[in-house]
Amino acid sequence: MNDHPLLRVNGLTHMYGARVGCRDVSFELWPGEVIGIVGESGSGKSTLLSCLSTRQRPTAGVVEYDTTDQGLVDVYGLSEPRQRMLMRTDWGIVHQNPRDGLRMGVSAGANVGERLMAVGARHYGRIREQAGTWLDKVEIDPTRMDDQPATFSGGMLQRLQIARNLVTHPRLVFMDEPTGGLDVSVQARLLDLLRRLVTDLGLSAIVVTHDLAVARLLAHRLMVMKDGQVVEHGLTDQVLDDPHHPYTQLLVSSVLQP
Amino acid sequence: MIHVRDLSKTYVLHTQGGISIPVFMGAQLSVQAGECVTLHGPSGSGKSTLLRCLYGNCKADAGAIMVRHGAAYVDVATAQPRAIIDVRRRSMGYVSQFLRAIPRVSALDVVAEPLRATGTAMEPARARAADLLARLRIPERLWHLAPATFSGGEQQRVNIARGFASDHPILLLDEPTASLDAANRAVVVQLIEEAKARGVALVGVFHDDEVREAVSSRIVTMQPEVSA
Amino acid sequence: MSTGYNFAYLDEQTKRMLRRAILKAVAIPGYQVPFGSREMPLPYGWGTGGIQVTAAVIGADDRLKVIDQGADDTTNAVSIRRFFARTAGVATTEKTREATVIQTRHRIPETPLSEGQIMVYQVPIPEPLRWLEPRETETRKMHALADYGAMHVKLYEDIARFGHIATTYDYPVLVGGRYLMRPSPIPKFDNPKMDNSPALQLFGAGREKRIYAVPPYTSVKSLDFEDHPFEVQRWDQACALCGSTESFLDEVVTDDQGGRMYVCSDSDYCGERRQEQGQ
Repeated sequence: MNDHPLLRVNGLTHMYGARVGCRDVSFELWPGEVIGIVGESGSGKSTLLSCLSTRQRPTAGVVEYDTTDQGLVDVYGLSEPRQRMLMRTDWGIVHQNPRDGLRMGVSAGANVGERLMAVGARHYGRIREQAGTWLDKVEIDPTRMDDQPATFSGGMLQRLQIARNLVTHPRLVFMDEPTGGLDVSVQARLLDLLRRLVTDLGLSAIVVTHDLAVARLLAHRLMVMKDGQVVEHGLTDQVLDDPHHPYTQLLVSSVLQP
Repeated sequence: MIHVRDLSKTYVLHTQGGISIPVFMGAQLSVQAGECVTLHGPSGSGKSTLLRCLYGNCKADAGAIMVRHGAAYVDVATAQPRAIIDVRRRSMGYVSQFLRAIPRVSALDVVAEPLRATGTAMEPARARAADLLARLRIPERLWHLAPATFSGGEQQRVNIARGFASDHPILLLDEPTASLDAANRAVVVQLIEEAKARGVALVGVFHDDEVREAVSSRIVTMQPEVSA
Repeated sequence: MSTGYNFAYLDEQTKRMLRRAILKAVAIPGYQVPFGSREMPLPYGWGTGGIQVTAAVIGADDRLKVIDQGADDTTNAVSIRRFFARTAGVATTEKTREATVIQTRHRIPETPLSEGQIMVYQVPIPEPLRWLEPRETETRKMHALADYGAMHVKLYEDIARFGHIATTYDYPVLVGGRYLMRPSPIPKFDNPKMDNSPALQLFGAGREKRIYAVPPYTSVKSLDFEDHPFEVQRWDQACALCGSTESFLDEVVTDDQGGRMYVCSDSDYCGERRQEQGQ
């Protein structure tokens, strides 16, 4: 087993004025691990995700990432160009609404190819070839490469967003409610795809979701958040099958069983 | 292979006014390679809970659960989640009462998955999965379908096949024969005997007296804790 | 020359402000310098940026040429030339070789430029990244970080849709290996003329209040892909008037029956060639 965590988070706190976004969150993410963050709306899940992914500077605390060249470094101590580079090479961000993560005015192929071009790819044929491969991997017919995303269904858009993120082989992917807003059959397909990609590529991921079933399928470990704090943290099946904290028990017992 | 010392577990139900349900106190258990230890006792005596504690699925309140992992022992009661995940991947399998079907994944791949996780290539993993499914009399036409639509008995057999697919040196069985007919029960008994012969350490809970008699090397009797 | 105006219309303080902006622009090739654009006696979009830059650099002994789409005799060119003749009393010319300052909209003359000449371009939209990023704060940051990869997305889209890079004018360039720049709406045919040009090239955007520059002998590289290199337009025809096969041609419809001819867009170049042939 590798002896460094990929991400090490210590005392992460974000305040919106006097209101708590998230408070004193600490954890480590190891290579190949998927952590689920669950909790109800307003519990601070998305704030935490933004603070982890350098999209929102936290009020206090440290986020360290294991960069390929310098080992563990404080991501907020990195220069902005390096942060940007990280965002488009080593990291991926899958937004709940794929329209937030895609460029809707350009073709599907250009959406996938953009990250390659951003890191210096300048051979049209090869960019296209890779875009095609990735569309295929996310089960989008490569003949639709030149179509505008506006002509895609919600599930396809989400898969396109995933392809756009994975094309540069990131090591860490942040996902915010990746299956939110999709109907169940589309959701099932996406979950299966995500599970497979995570296993095949050895990705590490942090997945925010309010859906415990999604968390069970994708995550190795769970953090349960309430009022900005992590109230329970452990193996996914242990947290869901033997919840200890009153809030987790309430959460688990509130799920509808189909 | 497994040494449980002074293990205690109490469920606290916060949603029901915080009542405490003690399950067991100071439980002891040792399991050697090649034996099948059966937990026996009346309903509510904590058989399944103990089994789930061994697997890390339940968090014990006190005590140690030393599980052989490679050359060393890991205390499942206190280990980090990623250590437990590694123990599960390489050392310890679990056959639960119900299959948790994954949408869109075929029965064959559900069974092959634990082998794939330890690095076996797709083809041999599927071959082993096919062999087990055939032995458990799952019709071949179902192999490429997702088990979500299967009958309860079929799902349970897929689950058993999944449990026996990998070569974990430790295997936990939670009422694997609950909804099976006699012929399939016999196959399970046979699979357990083969595992014992390979030196696998098994811990099981069996509802069925006949199966219990057939496979047990030792029977550990459990009594319900009296509520304080 | 009209009386009552300061030399070249603008007051001296304004010209100083413009010159400071121009100096900064020259010092950082391709970088867009903000400036306090003034109201000019012609509407935005008619060359207010170019006029202010010209007013700031022109001297009494300069000789001014103004072209619009390559021609010296179109309305815009004529009125701007007359504006400076009246407010600065400078000499004007239609000859590229004789001019010291050339203000242009949409073309670079065919006749090669030489040291000491100043090209002034009228720019409608200075920001090359605007189409992909609407926020000015973000485009500035992208320039600061030389974060230009996404710019190729537009070229990619062209090839995907048309099989080649179909952008034909205002084709993005990288100046001095550092700043991405819009060359103003000149045809990409003219892009190679900007590279290592001996003349000083100044760009003024009046409405957008930006000045930028390419100093003499600076590299100006048009963006492209390795397998789809930058290419300029070529015509099957020669100019119907002077027979040139080297110049940028305009298509002119000559009657209602679909008759058309191709002629040089650069009227001075075409005229000069015809004169030579006539002799």
